[in-house]
Amino acid sequence: MQKKPRFFYWFLLPSTLTAFGLIVAMLAILQYSVRSYIPGSLEVGGFTFDNFISLLRPLYASAFLETVLLSLYTAIFTLIIGYPLAYAMIRARKSWCRSTILIISITPLFLGEVVRTYSWIIVLGSTGFINSLLMGVGLIERPLRLMFTQLGVVIALVHVTLPIMVLMLAAGLSHIDRSYERAAISLGAGPVRAFLTVTLPLSMPGIVAGTMTSFAWTFSAFATPQLIGGGQVNTISTLVYQLGFSSLNFPFAASLSIAGLVLTVIVLWLAKRVTNAVERLGVN
Amino acid sequence: MKRSRSDQLLLRCGQIGIVMILLFVMLPAIVVTIASFNASSVLAFPPRGYSLKWFQNAIAYRDFQQGLWNGLIVTLWASTLATLIGTTLAIIIKRYNFQGKQFLEGLLLSPLFIPHFMVGLGLLMLVSQFNLTRGYAVVVFCHVLLVLPFVLRSVYVSLHNLDLRTELVAASLGATPLRVVTSITLPQLLPGLAGGWLFAAILSFNEFTASLFVTSQSTQTLPVAMYNYVREYADPTLAAVSVIYIVITATLMIVANRFMGLGGILNVEKK
Repeated sequence: MQKKPRFFYWFLLPSTLTAFGLIVAMLAILQYSVRSYIPGSLEVGGFTFDNFISLLRPLYASAFLETVLLSLYTAIFTLIIGYPLAYAMIRARKSWCRSTILIISITPLFLGEVVRTYSWIIVLGSTGFINSLLMGVGLIERPLRLMFTQLGVVIALVHVTLPIMVLMLAAGLSHIDRSYERAAISLGAGPVRAFLTVTLPLSMPGIVAGTMTSFAWTFSAFATPQLIGGGQVNTISTLVYQLGFSSLNFPFAASLSIAGLVLTVIVLWLAKRVTNAVERLGVN
Repeated sequence: MKRSRSDQLLLRCGQIGIVMILLFVMLPAIVVTIASFNASSVLAFPPRGYSLKWFQNAIAYRDFQQGLWNGLIVTLWASTLATLIGTTLAIIIKRYNFQGKQFLEGLLLSPLFIPHFMVGLGLLMLVSQFNLTRGYAVVVFCHVLLVLPFVLRSVYVSLHNLDLRTELVAASLGATPLRVVTSITLPQLLPGLAGGWLFAAILSFNEFTASLFVTSQSTQTLPVAMYNYVREYADPTLAAVSVIYIVITATLMIVANRFMGLGGILNVEKK
């Protein structure tokens, strides 16, 4: 190990302080989660595990399930529509095509959750764009119920996570050496076969990274399930907010969010195990 | 290369599919633009008349003005601090070995996977436990935590592209390690740092979930003010704000792409 110059410690200081702040904040959650709740007060009582036991109540158990399902659906649909987009962006011959796809698919990333969610409310609402269009054409008589449903939330969430998925897939695709594909084609494989047997397996790292990030983002999404779900779709994030701000039950909000974090870690860990297994299978 | 009939068909279908997906991506932006010029306060398609009054309303609304101002203060501080912290950390991580390096790096990257509401909740609890004021400082710190992973990534990319030999030459010519960093490493990193700073600024300006927890009435940022507006009013004022947002963001993206090559910054450019 080389000797460290003095500036090394000055360079280490800011990040150490930041990390310290993060640890203290997480410890604060941990600390609150094992305190009892005194209704109507921000003060907390003595040590207890009751908060974690209350997590087993049906309302919270179903919120966990709902959150996992929402994240799962969103990750899958985002992957299905994100992949062609990333593929076209990397493989398009004309450079204006590439930059058009890039700008259109990435811009929503920088619009923020509130703007995008609000826009979807206008699209999905009962007098919104989709319903007006379908009723105007005469395809339906009564407005479809899209707001306050799981379907509506998933549509908006797919839109929210699409940019990051496209970025991760494109980063993976751009690193694939195209000579493998050409070799497959020159050996007689059709374009579909070459894609399925060569390009798709090689883009696995991007797919894994994209799906996991999409999953984690959906898990922490708040504005979309809150506004489009309108109380009909309860996720961990919306419940934590309600508990923290409406009932000021900090201890329970803390234990709920810790359980949420544990769940995220477990799901991501499982996903990694599964993909590792799949990759090993592919190698053999 | 000659293409067969079926290959051509496949290509066509693919192109149509891509256009459909792009339309899906743009649909909300298009619809919100139409809605923002709607004359009546009840949304309807197609609009029965056109007016600019929602834009006037949006610009005159006090909470949006205050939110914009708060947002700018927080964004400037947070992205600058995050760039500073990220750059110093990235340099020592890439150039030196030290104990706890992986722990420190992992910890600072963890906000990528820790739900935002949890970061916000933790800081809120910290503030309330120690009876601190919910001022700008806690909002700025919260945003620093959330954008730091992105800054770190972009500094890593720039450091990776740096020619290590220039540093070695400077060192062999007698420059002290600090001098090497300040006069060789940092100047070469500058374009990458600018990109990282801009990325951090955009993310911070738009951050919503954690901000909802850590801001108070007097420090609420623009997204929080907008969220509170949607909950209270149903008129298209927010559509007007959204359109302003979309126009500014799209312009920035096109400019960034022209002058800096967005693909390069985002690490998706062809090799």
